[in-house]
Amino acid sequence: MISPYDLLIAPFAEFVFMRRALVGGLALALGAAPLGVFLVLRRMSLVGDALSHAILPGAALGFLLAGLSIWWMSLGGLVAGLLVAGLSGLMARTTTLKEDASFAGFYVLALALGVMLVSRAGTPIDLIRALFGSALAVDDAALWLMAAVASLTLLGLAALYRALVVECLDPGFLKTHGGGLGTLAHLGFLGLLVLNLVAAFHALGTLMAIGLLVLPATAARFWAETVWTQMLVAAAIALTATVVGLLLSFHLDLPSGPAIVLSAGALYLLSVAVGARDSLYRRHVQSPHLRA
Amino acid sequence: MSAAPKPATHDHAHGPVPAVSARGTAPEALRLEDLTLAYERHPAVHHLSGSFVRGSLTAIVGPNGGGKSTLLKAVMGLIRPAAGRIERFGLDPARIAYLPQAAELDRAVPVSVAELAMLGHWRRLGAFGAASQEDRARAQAALNAVGLAGFERRPIATLSAGQLRRALFARLMLEESPLILLDEPFASIDQRAAEDLMGVIARWHGEGRTVVAVLHELDRVRRHFPATLLLARHKVAWGPTADVLAEVNLTRARALTAAWDEAAEVCAA
Repeated sequence: MISPYDLLIAPFAEFVFMRRALVGGLALALGAAPLGVFLVLRRMSLVGDALSHAILPGAALGFLLAGLSIWWMSLGGLVAGLLVAGLSGLMARTTTLKEDASFAGFYVLALALGVMLVSRAGTPIDLIRALFGSALAVDDAALWLMAAVASLTLLGLAALYRALVVECLDPGFLKTHGGGLGTLAHLGFLGLLVLNLVAAFHALGTLMAIGLLVLPATAARFWAETVWTQMLVAAAIALTATVVGLLLSFHLDLPSGPAIVLSAGALYLLSVAVGARDSLYRRHVQSPHLRA
Repeated sequence: MSAAPKPATHDHAHGPVPAVSARGTAPEALRLEDLTLAYERHPAVHHLSGSFVRGSLTAIVGPNGGGKSTLLKAVMGLIRPAAGRIERFGLDPARIAYLPQAAELDRAVPVSVAELAMLGHWRRLGAFGAASQEDRARAQAALNAVGLAGFERRPIATLSAGQLRRALFARLMLEESPLILLDEPFASIDQRAAEDLMGVIARWHGEGRTVVAVLHELDRVRRHFPATLLLARHKVAWGPTADVLAEVNLTRARALTAAWDEAAEVCAA
C-alpha cells in the first residue's frame, strides 16, 4: 500500500524538476486564472485561444535567432502576440470584419507560419515541445519569467480592476465618463493576456496555454458570485489542477501539460455538475419546486 | 430630399422663452447652431438650430430614424457634427448625466444594485478613488428615492427591466449633473416603474436641472413635459408642448417620414 507521503509529497520532495514545475504552475495559477475571469466576462475566451496560437511564429523566430533561449523565444512570442492583437483590432475598426473573424484569420496564419518555421529550424522534438509545452523542463529563466509575469499581472489587475469591471458592464458609460480610460484598460488587458500566454507557452505549449486561463475562470462562476471572489476561486482551482496534474503525470507517466489541463477540465466539469451556484445539481436536483 | 426645410408652423426659433435667468448667467443650457449629424454620410439630423433653456424639461419626439438618439449622442460628444456646432456653455460632456438606450448594459457581469448606482460617483472617485461613508449614504438615499430600498445587494442579473431602469436612475441621480439626457427612459418597463421614474424626472426639474428626454408616448409628453422638440430629421417644431403636438405638425412629421428614401438622401448644404 502506497503511503499518502509517497503519493502526494515525495515526488516534489525528491525531484527538482517536480519542484520547478510546481513553482511554475503556482505562478501561472496566481496570474493567469484571475486574468481569465475577465477574459470570460469580456466574452473573449476564443480570442484568447487565437492569441495563444499567434505566439508560435514569434517564439520560433526567437528560436531561429538564438536557439533555445527562453528570453528570445518569449520576446518573439510577445511581439507576435501583440502584433496579431493590434492588427486584428485595427482590421475590426477599419473594415466591416468583426474582431473575432479577423482574429481567426490571423491566428491560423500565425500557427501555420509558426509550425513551418519550427519544422524547418528544429527537430520534431522541438515542434512537439512548442505545441504541447514541457512543464517538467522549465529552467531558472522560465521560472523567473513566470514569476515576473504573475506579479505584473496581479499589480495590473489591481490597478485596472474597477475600470475593467465597468468596461465589461457598461462600455458606453466609460466612453462618456472615463476620458480614454476604457481604451487604456482594453489595451492593458490585451498586454497582460499576451504576457500570460507567453509565460504559459513554456509550460503548456501553444495549443494548451489558454487552458489555465479559461477553465478555472469558467469553473469559478459556479462557486462565487462577485468578480473578485471568482478570481480567488479560479486561482485555487488552477493551483489544484497544477498539483493534481503533476502528480498524475509523475505516477502514471503521462505528459505533464495535458495532465494539468485535463485536471483543470475535470474540475470545470465537476463545477458545472455540482457547483454551489447555478450548477446542474442546484437547478435540477436540489430545488425541483422551482420548476413548477 | 434636397430642398432646405421650410419653416415649421409653430417654430419657436429659440425654444421656449425662459422665465427668469437665475444667476445672471446665460439662460441657455445647450444651444444647437445649424447642426447637421450624419451616420456614414447618411444625414440623420438636418440644419437644426435652437436652445434648451436652463432648467427646462423638454421631450424630443418624432418617428423612428428621425435623429432623436443621434442628437443626444452628439450632445454627449459621441458623434462629431457633420456641420454646425453644439454650444455647451463650458459644460464638459463627461459631466452630463446620460441614460442611453437599454441594450448597452451587459447584465451578465456580476455587480450588485448598489455597485451599479455607485458608478454615479465616477466623476469624483474615478477608477481609483475610495468611496466615503457619505458617498455610500447618498447612494442609499438615491436607491430609496427610486424605490429600490432593500435591493442593494441583489445582483443586477436578477432584476426586472423596470427595476434595472430604476437602478440606472439612481446612478443618474448621484451624478448631480446640471444637464440630464434620457434616451427612451420608459421603453419596455412596467407602468408603475414608469410613473415612479417620471416623478424622479419631475424632481430633477424642480431642482432646476435641465432635462431632455426622448419619448414615444405623446400622452405622457402632454401631461408632464412643458416643452417639446418634434424631430423628423428636420426640426418640425420646437416650443411649448401644446403648440408643437398640434395635428398640423404631427401630419407634417408623417409626411416627412414618408418622403425618406435612403438612396436619394443627400444634404443640400
